[in-house]
Amino acid sequence: MPKIKPPVRTPHIDMTPMVDLFSVLLIFLLLTASFRPQEAAVITTPQSVSEKTAPNEDIMTIFISKDGKVYFNIDNGRDTSTHFRSKLLTKIGEQYKITFTKAEISKFGTMSSFGLPIKDLKTWLNSKDSKEKEKLQTGIPMDSTDNQLAWWVREARLTNVGAEVAIKGDADTDYKLVKKVMDLLQDNKVNKFNLVTNLQKQEVTLKDVPPATK
Amino acid sequence: MAEIIQEEKGKKGGKRRAKKQSTRIDMTPMVDLMCLLITFFMLTTAFSKAKVMIITMPDKTPNNPNEKQPEISKFRTLNILLSEGDKVYYYIGLADPKKPPMPTLIKTNFSKDGIRKILLDKNRDLFTKIAEYRDKRVTGKIVVSDTTLDNEIKRMKRDDKKGPIVLIKADEKAKYKDIVNIIDEMAICNIASYAIVDINSVEKDMLKTAPK
Repeated sequence: MPKIKPPVRTPHIDMTPMVDLFSVLLIFLLLTASFRPQEAAVITTPQSVSEKTAPNEDIMTIFISKDGKVYFNIDNGRDTSTHFRSKLLTKIGEQYKITFTKAEISKFGTMSSFGLPIKDLKTWLNSKDSKEKEKLQTGIPMDSTDNQLAWWVREARLTNVGAEVAIKGDADTDYKLVKKVMDLLQDNKVNKFNLVTNLQKQEVTLKDVPPATK
Repeated sequence: MAEIIQEEKGKKGGKRRAKKQSTRIDMTPMVDLMCLLITFFMLTTAFSKAKVMIITMPDKTPNNPNEKQPEISKFRTLNILLSEGDKVYYYIGLADPKKPPMPTLIKTNFSKDGIRKILLDKNRDLFTKIAEYRDKRVTGKIVVSDTTLDNEIKRMKRDDKKGPIVLIKADEKAKYKDIVNIIDEMAICNIASYAIVDINSVEKDMLKTAPK
């Protein structure tokens, strides 16, 4: 008897459910995505038990990196028509007698944190080379003779009156520097700070209370 | 995964028919693209929102000289000194060379049995009160909203007359994380009153002679 040969067929997997699943995931991620803002420096924040979340808008952040550089960032505000960043740059420009072109101002409006002396700001804004840009980020000077960070804070406070202040310091920065920044902020009548931290739960119950010694 | 359409061989003779076209669409490129997109989004999405710890510092503008500073009991004051290499020292009372005896500096650390034990011991009354109140809420003995809970805890902290008044002092070599850690301990131990103050020269000298 001749053998009955089953027809040779390549195994075929129906990929439709897989595609469905992927679509769902993709749509979910697209809708929930809030992009991680590009930061000028890598900062590892210290850990705390605080569960309060930082506000998304109306916040100015001062970054203090491990190597002691100070960066500054302010958002455009809840209302997109306010353009706080552009206004701030114009004001700072007036203060330091630097005129920025319209293109430079609008470009600055869309960027995020920066840490460079004001004299380099123009070069930084016009530079296209990312390596060169990085080289310019030497931190905002805050010596007593030319305290540019104080000017940024002051003008930012005047531009966006309701803005809160956050300090994002690296865990290994010297406290001395953080203190300097805090003092500077207090001179500008900021007495409430948001210290950006990482959540790390710690439970303490009544059992942890040591027995009373009498 | 891709479907390979094999031409069926072995049909000898017969009429040549137009090849039957498969109606299946090869979805592999689509899946590839989706995988790529998903990976991209997963990596760029900031999932965990940054947490913040709020601290309020006293206003720096000089006080009215006629205004009376609140008197605080010497024995309620707990001074915490932070130094290089995550070291924590503490002493109770006031360090004034004019008024001997000088308090002794005791070394401790950030572990569970370190500074936290001391703080909990000092703050026993208030901590127990708050913990019991929270427990009652968890077990359902009392039903209160989050805001009422917060207000109640705030009221308890304000009315507290026995707990320590913690003065946090960091020397020049202390790291930022030390300060955050210690403020965190204050939150964990429900300390009602604490302040970050500048270190003075007496305390700097004390740190120099402190046990390493």
